[in-house]
Amino acid sequence: MKLASISNKHLLLFSILLFSGFLTACSQGKSRVEQGNINGILHIANGTEPETLDPHISTGVPENNIGMSLFEGLVSAHPETLEPIPGVAESWEISEDGKTYTFYIRKNAKWSDGTSMTAEDYVWSWERASSPIMGNEYAYMLFIIKNAEAWGTGQLDDFSEVGVKALDTHTLQVELENPAPYFLNLLNHHSLYAVPKHVVLAHGAMTDQYTQWGRPGNMVGNGPFVLTEWKIYHQIRVEKNPHYWDAANVKLNGVVFYPVENYSTEERMFRAGQVHKTYEIPLDKVPHYRENEPDKFVNNAYLGTYYYQFNVSRPPFDDARVRRAFALTIDRDTIASEVMHGVVDPSYSLVPPGVGGYYPPKLIDYDPEEAKRLLAEAGYPNGEGFPPVDLLYNTNESHRKIAVAIQQMWNKKLNVSVGLVNQEWKVYLDSRNRLDYDIARAGWIGDYVDPMNFLDLGLSTNGNNRSGYVVPEYDEMIMQTIPGAKTPEERNELFYQAETRIMTDLPFAPIYTYKTKYLLHPSVKNLHKNYLNYYYYKYIELGE
Amino acid sequence: MAKFIFFRVLQAIPVLLVVITLTFFLVRFAPGGPFDGEKSVAPVVKAALEAQYNLDQPLIQQYFSYLGDLLQGDLGPTFKYPGRSVNELIATGFPVTAELGFYAICVALVIGGTAGVIAALKPNSTQDYVSMSAAMIGICMPTFLLGPVLVLIFGIWLEWLPVSGWGDLPGDKILPSVTLGAMYAAYVARLSRGGMLEVLSQDYIRTARAKGLPNYVVVLKHGLRGGIMPVIAYLGPAFAGILSGSFVIETVFQIHGLGRFYVQAAFNRDYTLILGCTVFLAGLIILFNLLSDILAAYLNPRLRAEVEGKS
Repeated sequence: MKLASISNKHLLLFSILLFSGFLTACSQGKSRVEQGNINGILHIANGTEPETLDPHISTGVPENNIGMSLFEGLVSAHPETLEPIPGVAESWEISEDGKTYTFYIRKNAKWSDGTSMTAEDYVWSWERASSPIMGNEYAYMLFIIKNAEAWGTGQLDDFSEVGVKALDTHTLQVELENPAPYFLNLLNHHSLYAVPKHVVLAHGAMTDQYTQWGRPGNMVGNGPFVLTEWKIYHQIRVEKNPHYWDAANVKLNGVVFYPVENYSTEERMFRAGQVHKTYEIPLDKVPHYRENEPDKFVNNAYLGTYYYQFNVSRPPFDDARVRRAFALTIDRDTIASEVMHGVVDPSYSLVPPGVGGYYPPKLIDYDPEEAKRLLAEAGYPNGEGFPPVDLLYNTNESHRKIAVAIQQMWNKKLNVSVGLVNQEWKVYLDSRNRLDYDIARAGWIGDYVDPMNFLDLGLSTNGNNRSGYVVPEYDEMIMQTIPGAKTPEERNELFYQAETRIMTDLPFAPIYTYKTKYLLHPSVKNLHKNYLNYYYYKYIELGE
Repeated sequence: MAKFIFFRVLQAIPVLLVVITLTFFLVRFAPGGPFDGEKSVAPVVKAALEAQYNLDQPLIQQYFSYLGDLLQGDLGPTFKYPGRSVNELIATGFPVTAELGFYAICVALVIGGTAGVIAALKPNSTQDYVSMSAAMIGICMPTFLLGPVLVLIFGIWLEWLPVSGWGDLPGDKILPSVTLGAMYAAYVARLSRGGMLEVLSQDYIRTARAKGLPNYVVVLKHGLRGGIMPVIAYLGPAFAGILSGSFVIETVFQIHGLGRFYVQAAFNRDYTLILGCTVFLAGLIILFNLLSDILAAYLNPRLRAEVEGKS
């Protein structure tokens, strides 16, 4: 009986104490942003909890946002134009035939534990990154290197046959399979970063995924910052790396990344001065910021295309006329301006315009009359007899809005009925992989700035094709003809031809070109905008 | 009593086993695997990944080796966070969720209990209607609505409290605790009102009043002990519900608790993490139901006699 009276009274007393404690603690001083501006600490909402910071396993954007502070590529990129600029290598030479690259690693390039970086580090790291037992989903990024694909797919057992050699401590020679003007850009991608052999091996074998080397205290990188704290689902803190070769020019003292999944939550955090930058912005908040606080709203071109793909392997979309009729009935301007509040650009090509000086042809437009004619020609005059088809998308509010709008356009202009099917992410991926759909929503974000990164989606061997589009001539263009181009102009001309082909066949109907959209505190200076949405933290400064 | 507890623990084993088995096979039959992503993965890479996590073995063998590891307290590595174990993630997330849940229960008991007693003192009066209407609104208002509304008022307009976080800024634990506690406070209010109404009409209360005891002693000492019984019975399931259901609050307020791992694990098909969280929470639910039964037995002499008579 005692227990009861004690527990009740104590509970009450305890709760009262708890609450008074709470309330006395409620003194709001300087906000985190104001404090950060004084201490040189940038606070960033970063989407979700990073799965790993090991650059040879990581795949996501949040991981890359952190990785760019911890590592630097052999060749870096200009923060705005993304043109190659010296990184770990202070200079490089390219052979006449465009296949052999020689990199000179700077003498003062060091790991964050003070150890010198060597050419051998790259040989070892690239062996790791492309090893078939590593399980690196981005291993294919290295396949442009001679014999790397054979090694990476297990057909070659000896890495020494792969075209990468340390000529001496500071000289690295790379031989490519074909001339690839974008190779220097690739070196800026996390799958080609070097990782410290002496640290990785101290915590496990070369290709172990289950290792502790990526933990704070263990992790050693070569970027402007070094990992000092990682609280899961809470925050990740990086601090200035004194061993970075260009440390004298790094302005920030540190960056804190917060894994905020909910866009509304991060918008509230931004308003309350808890973060300098959000990861995204809820679509319905866009008009408010654009009108009232335009200095805080960033909306910049992003290398990605949002499209619908047709299942070419079965009727009715095995008929190019039907695909074209559907593609011509999408009013892209309305989608971009009304449904997406103008935060994206309407897209008429698979490759976003202006990639590496390449401007794609515009072969489709909004033309319902022509669409009706094509549909009639395919045997469905005024939509009569057209079989019921479904539009598949993964569960997401803006995908749903776009799907509803396009469903209406098809219904009104073509008189066909299209059902909407939404599936949870993994189920949707599974349906797409099995070609179990009629029309599916899809998106592609470029890994490097080159039209090839988009046009190879149409390759019959590309696992990301998923439309059943198999055209040997197209494969030949992408695999044989384009890599043989002698000049950049010729290469762009060949891209133009390839894109003309795929935009005539239309396995993919582009809808819009992505743009980044986020909120940025005006005190953040020199956060450069670029096509890949890469953040080069070394240049960032915090003002008032 | 010891026997009663022993048998209840024994009963928990088959329940847990069923939970493990069902979860193990159900997640495997869901379309898509842990290594399927937007970008296609080369078959050789996928095979390497599956080998690293023993997914290349026959399913039934994986099941038994999972059970074997589980007996040793090892919940395995997660698939989505290479280099981390499920044990580590639970050890990181659970204390936070438990703390949040504890505060929420305190909020529920203080607010709900007070409202319930006040309502019961004068049934069908204005104070009864006001408290019970408030309770009804509390039950109906979903947390994903209440949370942002409270944040808007206290975090953004009044600037009294931080809008998010947990243990980062002064006072950031108040809004999540209140939001999560509000719904349970509403249930507690209705339960304690009902309990109190029943108790206050009992003979021994009349005796207490006849002795000339002051009203507050009658209510708080004699009345509350009996009147709180339904609430005690509710506490076990409520705490378990709070622990497993705090996901929304954790997302809205940016709290690094277990709920976020759990939900992400399901989206990611992170088999071991789904299983680990499920087993862990199932164990907790069983534990809290047991504790709640024991507490109820202590508070209720009739029930206690029954339990001890049986044992």
